[in-house]
Amino acid sequence: MRSALSKTEIESSIAGRFGDAFRIQEKTAPETLSSGVTEVDALTGGIPRGAITEIFGPKSSGRTSLLYSALAYATAHDEICALIDTSDVFAPRAAATAGIDLERLLWVRCAGDLEHAFKATDLLLHAGGFGLIALDIGDVAAKDARRIISSWWYRFRRTVENRATAIVVISEEACTRSCAAVTLELHGNAEWSGNLLSFNAVNVNRCRPFWPTLNESQFRAQAIA
Amino acid sequence: MFACIHSENVPADLSLTDFAYAFSPLVEETRAGTVVIDVDGCELLFGSAYQLANEVAERAKQSRTNGGLEATVSVAIAANADAAIHAARQLRGVTFVSPGEELTCLGAFPIAQLDYELMGIEKKTAAEIFETLRLWGIRTFAEFASLPVAGVSERLGQDGIRLQQLAAGKTERHLKLKQTPPVFANSLELDHPVAELEALSFIFARLLHQLCAALNAHALATNELQVQLQLTDQTVHERRLSLPYPMRDHKVFLKLLLLDTEMHPPVAAVRMVLLSCEPVKPRVLQNGLFVPLAPAPDKLELTLARLAKLVGEENIGSPALLDTHRPDAFVMNRFVLPGKKTRQQAAVGHRQSLGLRMFRPPLRAVVETEQGWPTRISAWGKQRSVYGKVVQVAGPWRATGDWWREDRWARDEWDVAVAASNRNEPPGLYRIYRKLNSEMWFVEGNYD
Repeated sequence: MRSALSKTEIESSIAGRFGDAFRIQEKTAPETLSSGVTEVDALTGGIPRGAITEIFGPKSSGRTSLLYSALAYATAHDEICALIDTSDVFAPRAAATAGIDLERLLWVRCAGDLEHAFKATDLLLHAGGFGLIALDIGDVAAKDARRIISSWWYRFRRTVENRATAIVVISEEACTRSCAAVTLELHGNAEWSGNLLSFNAVNVNRCRPFWPTLNESQFRAQAIA
Repeated sequence: MFACIHSENVPADLSLTDFAYAFSPLVEETRAGTVVIDVDGCELLFGSAYQLANEVAERAKQSRTNGGLEATVSVAIAANADAAIHAARQLRGVTFVSPGEELTCLGAFPIAQLDYELMGIEKKTAAEIFETLRLWGIRTFAEFASLPVAGVSERLGQDGIRLQQLAAGKTERHLKLKQTPPVFANSLELDHPVAELEALSFIFARLLHQLCAALNAHALATNELQVQLQLTDQTVHERRLSLPYPMRDHKVFLKLLLLDTEMHPPVAAVRMVLLSCEPVKPRVLQNGLFVPLAPAPDKLELTLARLAKLVGEENIGSPALLDTHRPDAFVMNRFVLPGKKTRQQAAVGHRQSLGLRMFRPPLRAVVETEQGWPTRISAWGKQRSVYGKVVQVAGPWRATGDWWREDRWARDEWDVAVAASNRNEPPGLYRIYRKLNSEMWFVEGNYD
């Protein structure tokens, strides 16, 4: 009891010098952008602004489709977006078909240079004003992705917080560690109708939402359902 | 006092206005062959106004090498610019119109010589007034000036009053001075050649500061900055920075210029720097309250310049599709902030479709077929490889185009699902194609 009082006394005595340093800032629900897929929005609450969203999964799991969908939604709502394309895999025609307004998209091709991709992302984050910045490292080998130093992700998280920009990272394996506010693991399931590959149904394997209303086991159950 | 210089036989390659600038900096180019100068304050240089008029007439006769016009000019000095104009046009040689005695000089001039345009009166209105005056029997300036003002106002209106004042030589107006357009260029010749960018940056900073101050003083901005560097090897290194929006922030210009110079360095040391710009009106923009934020134009330009330095100019921009069915046909445009969407553009919403990841260049593949259908595929590249049994296939779709060109294309496309090496993983979906002319197979991309 005595120690608790002392702590309060100390805090009150130095509060004038250090302001609100001892007050725990309450986490408020962030503004979100829609991913363009209602089911994913219902599961995650959308793509939060001022935070990192990581979408990962193996090839053909629907990561790019989900990213195109989010970009299409953002550009359709007058947002300026940027895509840092590490492996130069962006397909403008497929993107236009998905509804992305290409005039509102800044495409940065990094020709496989991971360091350039991270530096470019950093530059764009500091420029400000972008609604959605997508970092596509989906074709980077898992061993290289694991070598990305954490400080990059912390730096991105710190730069983007309290801003209206959302960062979406596309990767093969989870690599943002604790820096991502939302993590989505996808598992593809191709649908073939007759002679056509019609739509790649996206299954969400695992999801860590930014603003949890359900616990993880409930999420898993909902995702699998 | 004003002096009007009038001549109708000035050689075409000489300018009466330039000649007038030799006597006063305040020059009005009234008409072709007529200029008016304000001679107040020129006494110390040329003596009295009458002496100045004589000097003007004498010098005009001189040859062009001596600053003359090689022509005879009429010069009239008056306290009123319009009186001087009328006197110079009607009377040859040098005329001095004493203040308050304008009518003594102008009174006998025919009314048709009244220059109504000096008062901003339209030709049609002036013709009606002149016709009325003719019917009244008014023939000269003096007769018109002697009419009662109230009567003129009643019958001819305000235009009639203004013309009467013009005839009486009593108008009051400021000269419409001819102003030489400001030149936005600064240069600096260096005592010693400079080869390092850091040293050059101080010179750029100084010149840009002056340039932007000049733009600021004229309430202008620029969207194009030109840099000329004269090098020690007697060549000129020229760069042109085009900006999508007019700006006048010297700090932004300096950073852009340094980034550009880093990307395109001069081949030798610099001995002279010339910076110039094309002045334009500044951009005025009011953003809507409900419009999403966009990057600030100056910050965006700097960021694009830095990105260009990092990944190359050709690797950043906004993709634009070409009007062709050729696969992966697009151009990279310079990224500029788009304006407000048209209703038609806004109507295009997003559609769920397959995301495609292009392999650039396409992976050369070896495909085993059975009755023309792909059954097994193996393709290896530097960055990626695709191999395995084809478990599902859709196609083929034949696509051809540009048959009249050398780079014509013709191919059969297939969508295939290739079994993963790990049984727990789902198959990978790929777009493969076979070139019809060479029968070679390629993997174009991965559906994701």
